[in-house]
Amino acid sequence: MKNIPRKELKVSAIENGTVIDHIPSENVFQVVKMLNLKNIGSQITVGINLESKKFGKKGILKVSDIYFEIEEINKIALVAPSATLIEIKDYEVISKKNISIPNEIMKFVKCFNPNCITNHENITTKFNVIKEEGEEVKLHCTYCDKITKKENITFI
Amino acid sequence: MENKSLVSINDYTKEEYQKILDLAEEFEVRTTQKILENYVVATLFFEPSTRTRLSFESAASRLGAKVIGFTDSASTSVKKGESLKDTILTVSKYSDIIVMRHPREGSAKYASEVSPVPIINAGDGSNQHPTQTLLDLYSIRKTQGSLDNKEVAFVGDLKFGRTVHSLVIALCSFNTTFHLVSPVELKLPSYVKKHIKESNLTYYQYTDLSDVIPKVDILYMTRIQRERFSDPIEYEKVKNSYILKNNMLNNSKDNLKILHPLPRVNEITEDVDSNPKAYYFQQAQNGVYVRQALLTTILGAK
Repeated sequence: MKNIPRKELKVSAIENGTVIDHIPSENVFQVVKMLNLKNIGSQITVGINLESKKFGKKGILKVSDIYFEIEEINKIALVAPSATLIEIKDYEVISKKNISIPNEIMKFVKCFNPNCITNHENITTKFNVIKEEGEEVKLHCTYCDKITKKENITFI
Repeated sequence: MENKSLVSINDYTKEEYQKILDLAEEFEVRTTQKILENYVVATLFFEPSTRTRLSFESAASRLGAKVIGFTDSASTSVKKGESLKDTILTVSKYSDIIVMRHPREGSAKYASEVSPVPIINAGDGSNQHPTQTLLDLYSIRKTQGSLDNKEVAFVGDLKFGRTVHSLVIALCSFNTTFHLVSPVELKLPSYVKKHIKESNLTYYQYTDLSDVIPKVDILYMTRIQRERFSDPIEYEKVKNSYILKNNMLNNSKDNLKILHPLPRVNEITEDVDSNPKAYYFQQAQNGVYVRQALLTTILGAK
């Protein structure tokens, strides 16, 4: 007799809303912060260290009754480049999109240059994203012109 | 260019800064022209500077403008904790244009975003100093007849010298060949070299100054500062290798001119000053004409 493994959801399904899947576990709370999820009233399920075939461990967020613009979701690409955006209606997947790093990042990242004016005045930071083949993304500060490398990124 | 801030040399196209240089030539011929009599120029120097501030104030005065401002933020409400934004918004109510030097990188760009009047960046930390670049270009064009196809050597601190970075980038539009002379610790940063490479131009790197002198049209000297070295022994080793003495100029080209953004400490010995190839004090003088051209262009008076 064949033993068919039972497919079981570790995090319960949602009726309507958005699932952000394949978030690196350690960055789930950063994503919550970036999307300002603590200030929305809907039901949110957070999963961390779930098993993943692709990544070993993964994090997941299920946000009921809310749909995001892809541009809004793209800003999490710095902390969750492999994330997938899944939209659910009546328990059915209606769309599945991979996120991509936007050309411009505002507000969430601190400029690595301690002498940059954005670290001394109340200014929204703004970076151009430099994507070069075979290299990690770099952020070019539009104020001081200095580059913040991926390993030096800190979030505000 | 009218009513437009000058934050970085990249704000202007090649044609636009050629136009500024042409106008500067007019001011060199006739320096005193009272064409800005109804204007107030504010000079906000959040950190001290002698040449740049005096040169701007001289330029404004010769055009008949009134100059207001401060020379040190210690005597202003900045010390009481006023934000840069508030300072700029207030001063913009008193003046038609603001010339600003500030110790933080990016401050000029930020000021230009919040200010209702144009901003001229007179240096923002180690970032940009576009009026110095314009006067350097003016000096090269004037002494060499044109900016095209020159052999230009940069000597000394090429890593931290913002005047060097901006001038190298500006010269990339003029088919320049670059000769870069510096200690290994103070080489030109890769982001500047990238501009040279992307323009398909050639650069040579040296650690020895004397080899370069016979080859070049322009020798751009800079000061090497002790505090730039992580290891003081390294500084002691190199500190005398980048000093220009008069006898080193014997085999130089006839058209060679020596530039220096000043202040000089000991990197050019005083016996060079009387050599007709020394051009650094005229270069400083050219700063007044270039700043006159900028003020009148941005204020729309010419």
